Amino acid sequence: MRISTVKTLAVIATAIGTLTALPAHAGKTLDSIKSRGQVICGVNTGLAGFGAADSAGKWTGLDVDVCRAVAAAVLGDAEKVKYVPLNAQQRFTALQSGEVDVLSRNTTFTLTRDASLGLNLTAVTYYDGQGFMVPVKSKIKSATQLKGQTVCVQSGTTTEKNLTDYSKAKGLGIKPVVFEQLEAAENAYFTGRCIAYTTDASGLASTRNKVAKVPADHIILPELISKEPLGPMVRRGDDEWYAIVKWVIYGLLEAEEYGVTQANVDSLKTSSTDPVVKRILGTSEDTGKLLGLDKEWMARAIKATGNYGEIFERNVGPKSALGLPRGVNNQWNKGGLMYAYPVR
Amino acid sequence: MSSDTPPSHHHWSWRSQAFRGIVYQVLAVVAIVAVVWFLAHNTLVNMRVRGIQSGFDFLSQAAGFDIGESLYPFDSEQPYWQAFLVGVTNTLRVAIVGIILSTVLGTLLGIGRFSRNALVRGVCLSYVEAFRNIPVLLQLLMWYVILTEVLPSADVAWQVGDFFLSKGGLNYPIPVWAAGQLWAAFGLLAGVALVLLYRRWAKRQFEATGQLRSAFWVPVLILVACSLAGWALGGAPTELNRPVKGDFAIENGGALTPEFLAVLIGLTLYTASFIAEVVRGGIASVPRGQGEAASALGLSQQQEMRLVMLPQALRVIIPPLTNQYLNLTKNSSLAVAIGYPDVVSIANTALNQTGRAVECISLVMLVYLITSLGTSLLMGWYNSRAAIKER
Repeated sequence: MRISTVKTLAVIATAIGTLTALPAHAGKTLDSIKSRGQVICGVNTGLAGFGAADSAGKWTGLDVDVCRAVAAAVLGDAEKVKYVPLNAQQRFTALQSGEVDVLSRNTTFTLTRDASLGLNLTAVTYYDGQGFMVPVKSKIKSATQLKGQTVCVQSGTTTEKNLTDYSKAKGLGIKPVVFEQLEAAENAYFTGRCIAYTTDASGLASTRNKVAKVPADHIILPELISKEPLGPMVRRGDDEWYAIVKWVIYGLLEAEEYGVTQANVDSLKTSSTDPVVKRILGTSEDTGKLLGLDKEWMARAIKATGNYGEIFERNVGPKSALGLPRGVNNQWNKGGLMYAYPVR
Repeated sequence: MSSDTPPSHHHWSWRSQAFRGIVYQVLAVVAIVAVVWFLAHNTLVNMRVRGIQSGFDFLSQAAGFDIGESLYPFDSEQPYWQAFLVGVTNTLRVAIVGIILSTVLGTLLGIGRFSRNALVRGVCLSYVEAFRNIPVLLQLLMWYVILTEVLPSADVAWQVGDFFLSKGGLNYPIPVWAAGQLWAAFGLLAGVALVLLYRRWAKRQFEATGQLRSAFWVPVLILVACSLAGWALGGAPTELNRPVKGDFAIENGGALTPEFLAVLIGLTLYTASFIAEVVRGGIASVPRGQGEAASALGLSQQQEMRLVMLPQALRVIIPPLTNQYLNLTKNSSLAVAIGYPDVVSIANTALNQTGRAVECISLVMLVYLITSLGTSLLMGWYNSRAAIKER
C-alpha cells in the first residue's frame, strides 16, 4: 500500500514534471545550435538576390535573410549564422547528414523530395516558375520556337525534368546541355553554346542582371513552364526545430500583413493596441514559449531583417537590382499567394 | 636466403611461422569484412531512422529527363538503368577513342625524343613538359572555352565542303544506309583476309630470301581496294545525309558536340604526354648496342626502330601504359565540368531526381571498377604475349 502510494506519487510527479517541462522542451537541433552559438545554414553558391557573398564575404539575399531571421529569433543575433555554400548535388545530403541545420537555397518543394529524402518542407518564401532566356538577336519570341535547339541547364534540379516534360508535351525535341555548376551552365549560354538558358524565372533575372555583359541583350520568354514553390527545408524527426523555422517565416509574413516593420517594431512594442501585433511582438501572449524560445523571438527577427515585404523589396523587388515584380508573392489580401498561418 | 628459413615441411604448431601467417591473414580478412559490414549496416540504419528511402528499385522507373547526346536513341520515358547505360556508353566512347589517339600521338612523341633533328627533339620535349604539368581539368576547361568562345556561331559556321565547324560542334555528312553498303563491308572483310594471307607470304619471302616487304602501304592498299570493289559491286550507293544550316544550328548529318570534342582533345593531349614519357623510357631501356648492331647489319633508321628497338621496348612499356589507359578512363569523369553526359553526369542527375545518393555513387564506382579491371585484364593478356618467352 505504501509502496504503491509512493509509486503513484512518483508517476504523478513525473507526469507533472513532464507536462510543465513540455512547452520549454527544445529539439536536439535547437539544443546543438544553442550550445554552438551558431545556426548553420546551407545557401546557394552564388545566386544574386537569393544567396550570394559579396567581395567582402558578406552574404546577402532573400534566402540568406531567412537564415538571419531564424538566428535572431533563436540566438538573439542575426549575425550568428555560418553559411555553407552548396550546389544542387550537395544540398540534400548536407542537410540529411546534419552538416547544416536548415537548407535555405531556392529549393523547390515536390512530392518526391517531401516523401523520399527524409526532409520537411517548411514554408514557401518565393513562388516561382521555370522560364527561358534567349539573346534578343535570336529573334525568338516564344519558347515554342525552340524546336530542336540546344538549351543549357544545371544538373540535378527540377528544372532538368520540367524541360524534358515541356519539350515532350509540345513536341519540341529540345537538346539539353547539362552542367554540374551553375556558373558553367551560365557561361555556356553566354558564349553561345546554347540558344537558350533555362531555370526559375527569378534565377534568370538574377543571371541576366549579374552575369550578362549587357543585360538588355537578353530577353526572358513569356512562357512559365512549371510551378516552383521555393523555401527552406529541415531534417525530419525534429519537429520542434521544424516548427521554429516554419513559424519564423509565418511571423515575417504576418508582420508585413499587420504593418510591423524594421523601423517601427520597437515603438509598436509599447504603443500598439492591435491584439495581433501584440501577439507577434510578444507583449501580450508568450508565443515563443511554445516553440522553446523567449517571448521576444519574433520582435528580434523583424528588427534584424524587416518583415517579408521588406526582405523582398531589398533583395529582389522592383527597386532592387533584380527588379522582380511582386506578382504572386504579394500578400493574400493584395492579390498574391502569401498567406501566413496566424501566429497565435 | 637467411639462415632461419623454415624447414620445407611445416610443423603445425602455434609457434610455426606459416601457421601464424595464416592466422593473421584470416584475422585481417575478418576485420575488413566486419568494418565494411558495420559501415553498410550503420548507413542503412541511419537512413531508415531519418526517413530516407533506399534501394535500387528506382532503376526500373522512368528516368524523366532527356540526355543531350547518345549513341543510340534515348527517350525520357525509358527507365533509369537505360539512362545509366547511355552514360556508360558515352564514357566508353570518349575513353576508347581517346586511348587509341593518345597511344598514336604519345608513341610518335616518345620516338621523336630520340630524333637526330634538334628541332623535333625540342618540340617533343616542350610538348611533354607543357601538357604533363598542367592539371587535366584546366585543360578540359581550356579546350571547351576555345571551342565555344572562339568558334563562330552556327549561322556563320566555318565550312569546308560538307563539313561545318561552329559553336555547335563538328557536323559532317554520313552515308545513308543502303543495301549496297553491305557489299562494301563484305569487301572490307575480304580485304582483311587478303592482308593476313599477304603477311604470311611476306614472312615466308623474308625467311627464304631476306627481302623485307612493305608492312604498311601494301595492306592499306589492299583494304581500300577491296572495300571500293565491294562498294562498286553493291551498285555504288552515294546518297549522303548532308548537314545543312538551320536558323540557329546545323541540322542533319552526323555531329560531334563541342562537349565531346573538348573532352576527347583534352584527355588525348594530356595522356599522350605521359605515354610519350613511357615510350621514351621503354626505348631508352633497350641497350645501345642493339641499335648499333642493327645499323651495322645495314637496317635503315626506320627499320631499326620498328624491328629491333620497339619490340624490346614494348616489354617495359606495356605495364605503365596500362596505368595511363586507366588514368584516361578515370579522368573522363571530369567531363561533368563541361557538360558532357558521361556516366558521372547522368548519375548526378539521377541522384538528384531520386535522392538515392549512396546507390548512385556506388553504381558509378562499380562502372569504373569494371572498366578499369577489364582494361587491366586485356593489357595483362597483351603483356604476357609481348613478354620474353622463356623456355
